[in-house]
Amino acid sequence: MTEATESGEQSRMGGRRAQRLRRERLSSYWFTAGGYFAIALFVCIVLTLLYQSLPLLSEFSLAQLVTSSNWDPAQNEFGFLAAIVGTIYVTILTMLMGTPLAILTAIYIAEYAEGRTKTLVSSFIDVLAAIPSVIFGLVALMVVVPFVGNYLAPAVGSNATGTGILTVSLVLAIVITPFMISLTVESLEALPDELRETSLGVGATKWETIQSVLLRAAGPGIFSAVLLGFGRVFGATIVPAMLIGGQTHIPDSLFSTGQTLPTLIVNDFGELMSMPTTQSALIFAGLMLVIIVWLFNFAAMLARRRLKRRWQY
Amino acid sequence: MTTHTAIRTENLTVTYTGKREVTALDGVSIEFTENKLTAIIGPSGCGKSTLLKSLNRLHEIQSNTEISGEVYFGDERVYNTDEPLPEIRRHVGYVPQTPTALPLSIYNNVAYGLKIHGNYSKAELDERVETYLRKVNLWDEVKDRLDEPGAELSTGQIQRLSLARSLAVEPMVLLCDEVTSALDPISAERVEQTLAALKEEYTIIMVTHSMSQAQRLADDVVFLYLGELVEANDVQSFFENPRDERTKQFVSGQESVAAADTEDNTTESEQSETPPASVQ
Repeated sequence: MTEATESGEQSRMGGRRAQRLRRERLSSYWFTAGGYFAIALFVCIVLTLLYQSLPLLSEFSLAQLVTSSNWDPAQNEFGFLAAIVGTIYVTILTMLMGTPLAILTAIYIAEYAEGRTKTLVSSFIDVLAAIPSVIFGLVALMVVVPFVGNYLAPAVGSNATGTGILTVSLVLAIVITPFMISLTVESLEALPDELRETSLGVGATKWETIQSVLLRAAGPGIFSAVLLGFGRVFGATIVPAMLIGGQTHIPDSLFSTGQTLPTLIVNDFGELMSMPTTQSALIFAGLMLVIIVWLFNFAAMLARRRLKRRWQY
Repeated sequence: MTTHTAIRTENLTVTYTGKREVTALDGVSIEFTENKLTAIIGPSGCGKSTLLKSLNRLHEIQSNTEISGEVYFGDERVYNTDEPLPEIRRHVGYVPQTPTALPLSIYNNVAYGLKIHGNYSKAELDERVETYLRKVNLWDEVKDRLDEPGAELSTGQIQRLSLARSLAVEPMVLLCDEVTSALDPISAERVEQTLAALKEEYTIIMVTHSMSQAQRLADDVVFLYLGELVEANDVQSFFENPRDERTKQFVSGQESVAAADTEDNTTESEQSETPPASVQ
């Protein structure tokens, strides 16, 4: 090899290295920018909502707003209590029904189902997760509403029409489970087989293994799945709007009609432009939603960190 | 001296029927002697782990396995039996290759099997946990942190914790799948010492890829090649007078790489992580 070709080789290599380093630097700028953009976006949203809520907040105190259940924009009455209670009812009921269903189904898919059955069941779960929730709402109007109104409510001595808190929760539970199932299945399937072998190897049954080992080891992941489900229920709009009955009063039974914070916003959306205080009130409802979800996620992150340490494997 | 057979296989054939059919074990008949340490050796993917796991039917957690033949634990059948599987596995324990801590405290990692199988008082549990942690030389290292997660121990400690967990349910046979291969040399030596002490009381069947480890620890050696049992003999005869040509080659071939043991370990452990795929 002559010296000339050697140095030529070197300069070509040098050029390529410089290019690679440049690309490395640029990509890291991009990723950093992406990260900060997410934070900035969140701050922007909260600030906008806060700013737009100020007209309402200057007229009424926070305590007044969240303790009054009298919602009548025409009379300048803005009590959020009914919508807040409605949201809490729907969320709790939905999670109570949806979470066990999701976890049990996920255990079946991840640990029991085999071969074709497994493929079939999990592909249908994925399809369910992909169906727009408005479709669930439509089908529920034709199936769940008459079922609740004609059979379930009379059975417990209620004369409800079928739309209301329980109906919304039943349908929302179905809307969110496919999604929680997929995430839970993923967490379970990501566990190393050694955990199963270790537990079975000391003579545990399959169910004991699932209960005391797998559900713990996958616990942080399952916790996240439930939490994302919670977030979706909390902010669910179209299904409650179609099925809750849209009356702003504090629900007195499971069959009662009601209102949630998101339905309050969509139902009165038409009046937004005409009445400034109403606009501000609806935006304030949005602000409450964002802040509660944020606080909840933050608490959940802390809880998850503890779980992760406690249940590490 | 009379010897008893702790566990034996009879014409055991295991086939993985996945996308391509693979016979991992082909008509293996073999006896494992009570209170001895038997090393199963052979090249990667020749059915060592499959043989080990088929002794307590742990390979069945993989779908698509077919098995014929029989395993006898004492006089009892392991396959084709009404005896519930957990009972069999309680008597024939298993320690995996990867050091595995259950997502429980150090204490509960050891007490796990005890809590499943018996109604022990807190005092009895305490006593047994201590006994078995001492047996694997781990007690002094963990006695002040029993409530901490097991996974926070070092890998070497976790492997001894695994042994303690298996021993706590008082198995008669202990299956060890390359239990030192994921460990650094010092931890590996400690686990070896533990095993050497344990073989007085238990029948230990150990998969290893390390000739020198087999020579150091084993009483008997079993050589598998491509799912076939090539040779089984006591350790001295096996290494000094191998009968089969393939054994001779394998033993002499390995001897030159025995010094590079740890390097060998990593490749082996990576390869054997996915049993069906690596079986050729």
